[in-house]
Amino acid sequence: MNKPVERPPVPTAAPRMQREESRGYDRRIIDYIQGAAASGLYEIRGLGAKRHLPSFDDLVFLAGSASRYPLEGYREKCTTKTVLGTRFARKPIELDIPITVAGMSFGSLSANVKEALGRAATELGTSTTTGDGGMTDEERHSSKTLVYQCLPSRYGFNPDDLRRADAIEVVIGQGAKPGGGGMLLGQKVNPRVAKMRTLPEGIDQRSACRHPDWTGPDDLAIKIEELREITDWEKPVYVKVLAALRQAVDALEDMNMRGKVQLVISGGIRTGADVAKALAMGADAVSVGQGVLFALGCNSETWVGDGVHHDATDGYAALGTAPGFCHHCHTGRCPVGITTQDAILERRLDPAVGAKRVRNYFRTMNMELTTIARACGKSDVHHLEREDLVALTIEAAAMARLPLAGTQWIPGVNGF
Amino acid sequence: MDGVTAPAAGSATVTRTFDLATTSVRALNRFLHHELAASGATDVVVEHPGGRHSIAVGVDHAVNVDIRGHAGYYVAGMNKHAHVTVHGNVGWGVAENMMSGTVRVKGFASESAGASGHGGTLIVEGDTSLRCGIGMKGIDIVVGGSIGNYSAFMAQAGRLVVCGDAGDALGDSLYEAVIYVRGRIRSLGADAREEPLTDADVQALTELLGRAGFDHDPRSFKRVASARGLYHWNADAQQEY
Repeated sequence: MNKPVERPPVPTAAPRMQREESRGYDRRIIDYIQGAAASGLYEIRGLGAKRHLPSFDDLVFLAGSASRYPLEGYREKCTTKTVLGTRFARKPIELDIPITVAGMSFGSLSANVKEALGRAATELGTSTTTGDGGMTDEERHSSKTLVYQCLPSRYGFNPDDLRRADAIEVVIGQGAKPGGGGMLLGQKVNPRVAKMRTLPEGIDQRSACRHPDWTGPDDLAIKIEELREITDWEKPVYVKVLAALRQAVDALEDMNMRGKVQLVISGGIRTGADVAKALAMGADAVSVGQGVLFALGCNSETWVGDGVHHDATDGYAALGTAPGFCHHCHTGRCPVGITTQDAILERRLDPAVGAKRVRNYFRTMNMELTTIARACGKSDVHHLEREDLVALTIEAAAMARLPLAGTQWIPGVNGF
Repeated sequence: MDGVTAPAAGSATVTRTFDLATTSVRALNRFLHHELAASGATDVVVEHPGGRHSIAVGVDHAVNVDIRGHAGYYVAGMNKHAHVTVHGNVGWGVAENMMSGTVRVKGFASESAGASGHGGTLIVEGDTSLRCGIGMKGIDIVVGGSIGNYSAFMAQAGRLVVCGDAGDALGDSLYEAVIYVRGRIRSLGADAREEPLTDADVQALTELLGRAGFDHDPRSFKRVASARGLYHWNADAQQEY
């Protein structure tokens, strides 16, 4: 008789863990809704888009080949000199490189940071820019070429600083919050910031989203003429617009103004390759803001004092964040001393150390820029052109109006 | 016709005349910026302004500028020290961002009169259009007539005196500037409120009206100032922003 086979006990079925996340209500959106419900406040955050968007990474250069000779070794030079304001200004600004420091306010940034940026820009032969809140003596004295912004708030705006600037930039929409004006929360409004802005210390300071004395392009043209008259047509006066490089280039070409009106673009420039692509698309120069902050040490685990790295992670933790994720500039409690007006925290950014880091960053970008330009056979980075580029995705091809790589197809322009 | 008028006997006045029918605004402003001091001129007369823009902008000298006709946008913009009189109407942004000195408009002013002005006195004998005193930062503005909507929006410092009526949303998002209105206020903007007139206000009004040459009883004005309810972000008041 066969003995019954002993079988292992059948395990009780464990409940199956459901891990399918909703597309429309993923953990990020649930967290947003629950945070809003708990606090009644929307999250103030920076650091650009939190989803994938087409970027300069979606474009690629067609380097030299049989039809385009790359530059040879050290013998053939590639120049980066950049001149802005050639159409009307009696004293155009001449820059050694086409990479400039974007406008960021004293108030949002510490005086040490503004000084560091001025020093770096001067060493590099490029310009730095004031920001909402006016011009500080530190940045004027440390900057060989300083661009003065004319913003809707007109905080600290005055004719003396207008005259001691090297160029004037009329700001339409701040890169950090286009269309939204701005607000410097009270915790960053120390006595000096308050005095420069003619407002009481410690209160939230709003920046208007519209200019007070003009609306629309016709008025703007008259406003620019006024600024030119005040400065005796000496300095370049230009307009900063956002994220419309291809459209701006098209407009200049339509008016036969390419080469007469210079185009400086800002937003999303991170690397030398980004600079090269912007120039190829038609920009004459670029402005870098967020990248500069990272170069200074934004989101680093440490800050540098007396040549020693000091741990900053506790500071991030106190803000409820960590290095690599921090966008808590508005708190004024920057753990690495960049976006603060706190007398102790701001000492964490030594202007000399900051200047060296920004200088290194810009020099690296400039080397990448010339490396690409040389590979495309250009002896001047401003000779980079749209024909040097193709797009890697259909979206980028459509937006930049460049051919999709490997094809002649420009979506929306030829074919369909 | 351009020219220099020698001082009359016993007078220290030297007048330089610019005729904008034949001379450019550029030539006028260049003179005011760079040649005025050496010329010895104490008074500059501008004839046939013809509504041109940017007349007498960026002046940094204590000179009297007499504009005999209508001026366009930004007349006396960013003025320092100069005393400018316009015998006519003016376009947008008269005395915008003024730092010091005096600007008097004998006629009416269009939008944004005295916008973001830091100091000095702007007097408009007629009415002003929208946004009079927007973003003012210390300037004193005295209007003989009425002012349009959205005036003194985000006004930070200084005083705005209105002898006539005020339009909608007066003093919206007001900071530390103070507004005095003699006539009717159609509506107040967010965070602006009427407050009792104090003796200090009466004293200030007496001085400002005297400076402008307007003969009104200071006690007939209403005082509008900030309720300071928006000075710190308040989630429960979000519809006010």
